[in-house]
Amino acid sequence: MTIEILMPALSPTMEEGTLSKWLVNEGDSISSGDLIAEIETDKATMEVEAVDDGKIGQLLVAEGTEGVKVNTPIALLVDTNESPHATIKNIADKPYLEKEKIPSKPTNDKPISIEANSSLITVREALRNAMAEEMRADKSVYVMGEEVAEYQGAYKVTQGLLDEFGGKRVYDTPITEHGFAGIGIGAAFGNLKPIVEFMTFNFAMQAMDQIINSAAKTLYMSGGQMGCPIVFRGPNGAASRVAAQHSQCYASWYAHCPGLKVVSPWSSKDAKGLLKSAIRDPDPIIFLENEVMYGQSFSCPDDDNFTLPIGKANIEKEGNDVTIIAFSIMVGKSLDAADILKDKNINAEVINLRTLRPLDVNTIIESVKKTNRVVTCEEGFPFSGIGAEISALITEKAFDWLDAPVVRVTGKDVPMPYAANLEKLALPQVDDIVSACAQVCYKD
Amino acid sequence: MNKNMAKKISTEPKMNYDLNLLQDMYKKMLLIRRFEEKAGQLYGMGQIGGFCHLYIGQEAVVVGIQSAQIDGDSIVTSYRDHGHMLACDMDPKGVMAELTGRKDGYSKGKGGSMHMFSREKGFFGGHGIVAAQVPIGAGLAFSHKYNGNKNVSITYFGDGAANQGQVYESYNIASLWKLPVVFVIENNKYGMGTSVNRSSAGENLSDRGKPYGIMSEIVDGMDILAVREAAIRAIDYCRSGKGPYILEMKTYRYRGHSMSDPAKYRTRDEVDKIRKTSDPIENIKSLLNKMGVEDKTLKDIDTDIKSVIAEAAKFAQDSPEPSEDELFTDITIN
Repeated sequence: MTIEILMPALSPTMEEGTLSKWLVNEGDSISSGDLIAEIETDKATMEVEAVDDGKIGQLLVAEGTEGVKVNTPIALLVDTNESPHATIKNIADKPYLEKEKIPSKPTNDKPISIEANSSLITVREALRNAMAEEMRADKSVYVMGEEVAEYQGAYKVTQGLLDEFGGKRVYDTPITEHGFAGIGIGAAFGNLKPIVEFMTFNFAMQAMDQIINSAAKTLYMSGGQMGCPIVFRGPNGAASRVAAQHSQCYASWYAHCPGLKVVSPWSSKDAKGLLKSAIRDPDPIIFLENEVMYGQSFSCPDDDNFTLPIGKANIEKEGNDVTIIAFSIMVGKSLDAADILKDKNINAEVINLRTLRPLDVNTIIESVKKTNRVVTCEEGFPFSGIGAEISALITEKAFDWLDAPVVRVTGKDVPMPYAANLEKLALPQVDDIVSACAQVCYKD
Repeated sequence: MNKNMAKKISTEPKMNYDLNLLQDMYKKMLLIRRFEEKAGQLYGMGQIGGFCHLYIGQEAVVVGIQSAQIDGDSIVTSYRDHGHMLACDMDPKGVMAELTGRKDGYSKGKGGSMHMFSREKGFFGGHGIVAAQVPIGAGLAFSHKYNGNKNVSITYFGDGAANQGQVYESYNIASLWKLPVVFVIENNKYGMGTSVNRSSAGENLSDRGKPYGIMSEIVDGMDILAVREAAIRAIDYCRSGKGPYILEMKTYRYRGHSMSDPAKYRTRDEVDKIRKTSDPIENIKSLLNKMGVEDKTLKDIDTDIKSVIAEAAKFAQDSPEPSEDELFTDITIN
């Protein structure tokens, strides 16, 4: 009997991985629990154990192959008394996959143009480069958080920082968000520039008092004496199938509070330019990343001095018929929606907010004056959300320019469900943006 | 008080004390007391608003510890903070003007009684949320260690704060990373209206450092010499790089939790008894008498202090309210 050994899913967001090393050869007898391969995911390199006894009949994927999809057969396991060659004959239609035969990116991806003096890098690499560059430039910058040092980051964002900067600049903390957030704030009061990583912003709720009452308000309460130059960063919003307590967008929570600056990058360029600005900024910054975006590649400037200004939005695509206002992962979905809208003869403008507080009201209002129609997009809950704020601002500042009520595309007003179908329903999708745009253009 | 604790409390000075040092400590304690009495009066006159937590009775704690510090050490405490600021040599005028919410206050009138700071004097607040200052104090210690200087962080909190979770998160990290922080628990027996016996499991609050491997002592916080000696031990220990240290100061506040607290949870007799038998200022006064300082000298000191306080009170009432433009300043730096 022959069993296919499949590429395993090793994290909630993993869709593919690299088969970095085989630990067995064809013909080896193995027992359940033996290590058979090393697989590199976007988060870590993991060893894969055999789940059955038998003999390795054939290795179907070469060492070093990137982009091996979850559930692809990677090897065949045969009965110990069976000859491996007999098996190969029986499985004639399974070609031996060569490394270069598997594309490293999904084939339906649009080609990415690389700008001058730039490289194609992932959002994850851009974030790490931003931290490393700023740490090289300023010795008062240090990193602390859960698993940021020896483990190389729960999501590999801090990979390599410990090796380069050592244990006096990169600190693994215990799992005590309240405590280490407060310690970071104290260190910032002591003139250091901490980068505090929350494994995800869901866990930062434990530290909310220190962030709001201590980091955000102390400058004001001290009559301007007590600056707090700290960056709190980590993934925000939904990941994939991790349910209600691990899938929430905190943008409107933090953006609500005077004293904080709230930044949320979309692309690698955003990630690098904004994180560098955040680290250099004298004020406390909430830096909301997105786990799903970490592995996505974009053109990103190589220059160590490249920064993007906090408080300035970017028009990712110009258009005349409707303005789509988005941040973080929703920028990509909005651009996809804009592509679809072209076929409906709707030319959408897409604004990437980049910063939520201070909000670039001017860019929004100027766009409204041009398109007269607005759709806001966010993963967060609708009630008192970023879209609600933008809608109110437009009503106050550009009411006479509107040709239709502002429509909000948001996450549904429910805790995030676990079931795949319900999760998809709860999250805003490209089709929702397309419909909302058609609605405000009265073309639905 | 249990027997163990009684043994640990030192009542007689083991060191030789310089008369000038003792007089300075007396002056500072008296300054705090007279300041707080005046603040109480101004509150009664409606000149001070909101919450106002007085330090009367606890003066020996902060003055004794401050006498063991060096320049550059950082201090952080809760909202019962007037005494700590005066002990740090912050100007009584600026502190009082903050209490009255005026532009010459340390926070330009925007912080109030509970939120004052002076980077120049190493005073990092003044924090209004119970125990929020404890991880901040550990973070200040982190900055000292990171910068490789020999300074320590003195982190004060009350018995009420000792039940908050972040205290133990801070103990854990401070001990793991050997941060130079002295945690000073000012145990005045009541967290607002709830006595320590009714709020805190276990025998002593200082024992709670033991599982984290943190050295601790219980100290008679009404005896300034005992406080000073313990502070020297604790600060030396931290300064030498051995990690954190806990001092549990057994102290007592004579006034209510805040000005609006009628203090019905304890008897008048309890307060009077402590005032009569263990008042920290009377204690040092009688020591100074024994050392030959005349009553007249002590009285002159009191007269001088009263005039300093009267001047501060006048300044605090004469200073204008902050300009309306201040509403939108100091929210962020840029």
